[in-house]
Amino acid sequence: MSQPLAYFFDSLYLIKPETSIIGFLVLILLYDLIFKKEKWLPYISLFGLVVTLFLIIEQYGYNKFAFQSSTNFGMMAIDPFGAFFKIIILLSSIIVILFSILSKELDVARDRMGEYYTLIFGMILGMFLMVSASDLILIYIAVELVSLSSFVLAGFLKNDSRSSEASLKYIIFGGVSSGIMLFGISILYGITGTTNLYEMNSLLQNFDSTNILMILTMILIFAGIGYKISAVPFHFWTPDVYEGAPVTITAYLSVASKAAGIVLLIRLIKSTFVSQKDTFGYWEMIPAFDWQGFLIIISILTMTIGNFSALWQSNVKRMLAYSSIAHAGYILAAIAVLSDQGLVGVMVYFIIYLLMNLGAFLIVIVIKNKINSEELEDYDGLGYRMPLVGVAFTIFLISLTGIPPTAGFIGKLYVFIALVDAKMLVLAVIMLLNSVVSLYYYVRILKHLYLNKPKAETTDIELSFSLKLFILVLAVPNIIFGLYFAPILEFVKTSLIILGI
Amino acid sequence: MIPIEYYLSLSAFMFIVGVVGVLTRRNAIIVFMSIELMLNSANLTLVAFSSYLGNPIGQIFVFFVMTVAAAEAAIGLAIIISLFRNKKTVNIDEINILKW
Repeated sequence: MSQPLAYFFDSLYLIKPETSIIGFLVLILLYDLIFKKEKWLPYISLFGLVVTLFLIIEQYGYNKFAFQSSTNFGMMAIDPFGAFFKIIILLSSIIVILFSILSKELDVARDRMGEYYTLIFGMILGMFLMVSASDLILIYIAVELVSLSSFVLAGFLKNDSRSSEASLKYIIFGGVSSGIMLFGISILYGITGTTNLYEMNSLLQNFDSTNILMILTMILIFAGIGYKISAVPFHFWTPDVYEGAPVTITAYLSVASKAAGIVLLIRLIKSTFVSQKDTFGYWEMIPAFDWQGFLIIISILTMTIGNFSALWQSNVKRMLAYSSIAHAGYILAAIAVLSDQGLVGVMVYFIIYLLMNLGAFLIVIVIKNKINSEELEDYDGLGYRMPLVGVAFTIFLISLTGIPPTAGFIGKLYVFIALVDAKMLVLAVIMLLNSVVSLYYYVRILKHLYLNKPKAETTDIELSFSLKLFILVLAVPNIIFGLYFAPILEFVKTSLIILGI
Repeated sequence: MIPIEYYLSLSAFMFIVGVVGVLTRRNAIIVFMSIELMLNSANLTLVAFSSYLGNPIGQIFVFFVMTVAAAEAAIGLAIIISLFRNKKTVNIDEINILKW
């Protein structure tokens, strides 16, 4: 067999998880078309996700290129770091599909749930490609695949004017950001003459000072990535879309698509701009663009504006939207360290963020099912009417603030360690102050749950057993990982292998 | 042969027209047209560099961008129609339920 053909078949073996996602996407579509039975769709989807999870775990140790070209670099980098984030994306997809089964908001659209699961699978495929992409063409297509699916999903309740408005705002912001990113990519292609990140790295080695064209290009490209992770100058869509979209989709956007965007940013920096790594794990950067200064500014802006805007929100979903902007700021602070220690911070943070943020959104869904509202004033006295929900919400919110003994504290702790170790004390202090600010609005929800008297005479609200179990499954790890986090750290440290330097 | 600077200036100009259109126009459909203009300015840059560098990757990239742009336009128009059914308007200033 000729050499390129051998590479191709080898690569098909490497993209088994993606292939499985595509297979199940088609299966769901056909099943919906032929049988029109909504009932089994979520179980088929869950089965597909579990199969994919096994395929990822099977190829966890691989560290090589898929679809290699003659230059020895390839379109996709299959490495443990990517596998780690694919697992995060899959876990959040599983949880979100379980959310979709129990959300009453989606009941108006039950007859077209086939499209819903198909689009979610399209999004998962896009995020998988985003996580592994090491070529600008694949990066652009993956970003667009995630965006296009999520535009439709945000407007899925098409008879609800808030949902369609969220969708329109999302597609305008998304279209503009990806247009700006594409223009940046086209200039970057002109500067380097290649679209492969690793090939670019070897070409950029002889840039010995910052270059004005490079700065412009990177800011343009960051517009696309920043929009995905809702970093500050590109965050305007976040509150509107999070408020208008169905809660399940809001939860999904806030965890999975943010994770994919963060990985894309890390891979872009790590494979394009790092010349070598010193013995302590700090990256030596090519001076073509000052990533550290840029990320510090963006991170400070993101966390401060996110937290301060959340202070006066009266809609819980909107408040959680601003809180997710603030969390993106903390994660960017960990990336700004530009070291392996910082990456440990990012990865630990993401495991915990998955648990606490999806937990908080689960409670929002449960309360919306029961009282049909997301407004903070309607939460008055709910802590006594639904004791388990109240306690679980308290755990999630304290975890989001980052107070021990919850898992959120461990997440923040590792970002802190990385910042202090790199002597970036100012950023560490700003992050600390921001956590204090965030305490105010998280605790305000608790005040409504427990201290405010309900307006009318009310009775206790009963929850089904399976729902109680689901809440516990998300709430208990938030406490356990706060006290015993060695397994997380162990998992993160073994996944810290990025293809390349 | 026309020098590459001409192509790059034209595409930069197209890109700016697109950005200004997005920022100032109030009709959602015209906003989408402006977004298409931005994508096409990037296409022009890619093709110009591809021909200048004698490297076909840029032209391959353009085909992918055109496909994505078509998909985006289709979804955008579908969303505008669904919004129009609810609100009877495509003016962005009147689409204002969600705000702080």
